[in-house]
Amino acid sequence: MNSDNKITDMHLDVLKEVGNIGAAHAATSLSQLLNRKIDMHVPNVKLVSFDEMFDLAGGAETIVAGIFLRIEGDLSGSMFFVLPVESANHFIRRLIEDETFDFASPNLPEIGVSAMQELGNILSGSYLSALSDFTGLKIYPTVPSLSVDMVGAIVSFGLIEISHYSDEVIVIDTQIREEGEEGISSVNGHFFLLPDPPSYVTIFRSLGVM
Amino acid sequence: MMILNEVIRVGIADMNIVKEPMTIRTSGLGSCVGIVLYDERKKIAGMVHIMLPDSSLGKSDRINVAKFADTGIYALMELLKAEGVRPMALKAKIAGGSQMFQFGSSDTIRIGPRNVEAVKQELKRLSIPIIAEDTGGSSGRTIEFNPTESMLNIRTVNLGTKEI
Repeated sequence: MNSDNKITDMHLDVLKEVGNIGAAHAATSLSQLLNRKIDMHVPNVKLVSFDEMFDLAGGAETIVAGIFLRIEGDLSGSMFFVLPVESANHFIRRLIEDETFDFASPNLPEIGVSAMQELGNILSGSYLSALSDFTGLKIYPTVPSLSVDMVGAIVSFGLIEISHYSDEVIVIDTQIREEGEEGISSVNGHFFLLPDPPSYVTIFRSLGVM
Repeated sequence: MMILNEVIRVGIADMNIVKEPMTIRTSGLGSCVGIVLYDERKKIAGMVHIMLPDSSLGKSDRINVAKFADTGIYALMELLKAEGVRPMALKAKIAGGSQMFQFGSSDTIRIGPRNVEAVKQELKRLSIPIIAEDTGGSSGRTIEFNPTESMLNIRTVNLGTKEI
C-alpha cells in the first residue's frame, strides 16, 4: 500500500471477518477428519514486522512442522499451517493410527508426511473456498509442502515475496485448539494467511471497503 | 558497557556489530544468508541477515539496506569502518541459503542459492575473502559468532552443531 491508502482499523476488522469465516470452515473440516471438536478463532489481525511474525509462531527457533503453500489467482499470498512438533505428532498419530510416529525422528515415514500434507490440503482448501465465496474472487492454492524445522527458517520463505514491497506484513492469525478430554488442550497451532501487499487492495475492493 | 557473555541479536533484514567478549547471533536462517565480517586482530565483528540478492528487486521507495546482499554487506563494512576497522583487515564467514521447501514459484524456489551467489559476488567486489561457509542444503540454521576466537557456531535441527 502506498501512503495514499493507509491500512486502517476498519480494514483490519474486515480482514478479521474474512479470517473468521475461513477459520470456521477449516475447523469444521478438521473436526470431521479427526472426529474431535476443533476450535479455531482469529485472535489477531495486525500489521507486524517480520521478527514479530516469528514471535507469533513461538519464536524464530521453535521447532515446528510447517505446511506452506502459495495462493494464486485474483489475489496472491502465502499460507502457513504451523504446529509445534508435539501437536503435529498428536494429529498425525491419530490420523494414521500409529502411536510411534514422530516428526522429530531422522527418517520420517512417508505416510506421516503425506498425511500432514493432506491435512494442509484440506484445511487450506476449506479456508480458501470460504474466502473465495465471501469475496467473489478466484483463488487457487498450490500443492502444500512440508518442512520440519525452525519457525524462522520456514516462515521467512513465505515472506520473500512480501519483502520485495515492505518490511511489515499483515498477518491473519488463526489459532487452532482441540477441545481436549478433561479440559486438556492437547493441540495448539496456527494457521497464517499472509496476502502479498498488492492483494490488499483487491480484497478490500471486493468487499466494498475501498 | 561490556558485559561478559552478552549476546547481541540480529533480526531478519537487520545488522549489528560486536566487540569481544560479546558474541553476535541470528536465529532461524532459511533461504536468508547470515554474513559475518570480522577483524581478527581487533576482535570486532559485524553480522547482517539478508533476505534478497539485489536491491533492484525492492518495490518500495524507501529501502532497508540490511535486507539485500548488495547493499547490506557494504553498509555493514561502513559500520565497521566507523569503528576504526580497515577494510583490508576484514574477513568473512557465511551461512544459510537453504531450500526449505521443494516447490514454489520459479523465482522464489531458488532464492537461497541466488542469495548465496549474490553474497559471494559482493564480497569479491569488496575484496573480502571468505574464510569459511556453510550454505545450501534444506535445513534452517541458527548462527553465533564469537570475535574472540573468530569462530562461527552453527546449529541445525537435524544435523547438530558445528563450528567453522
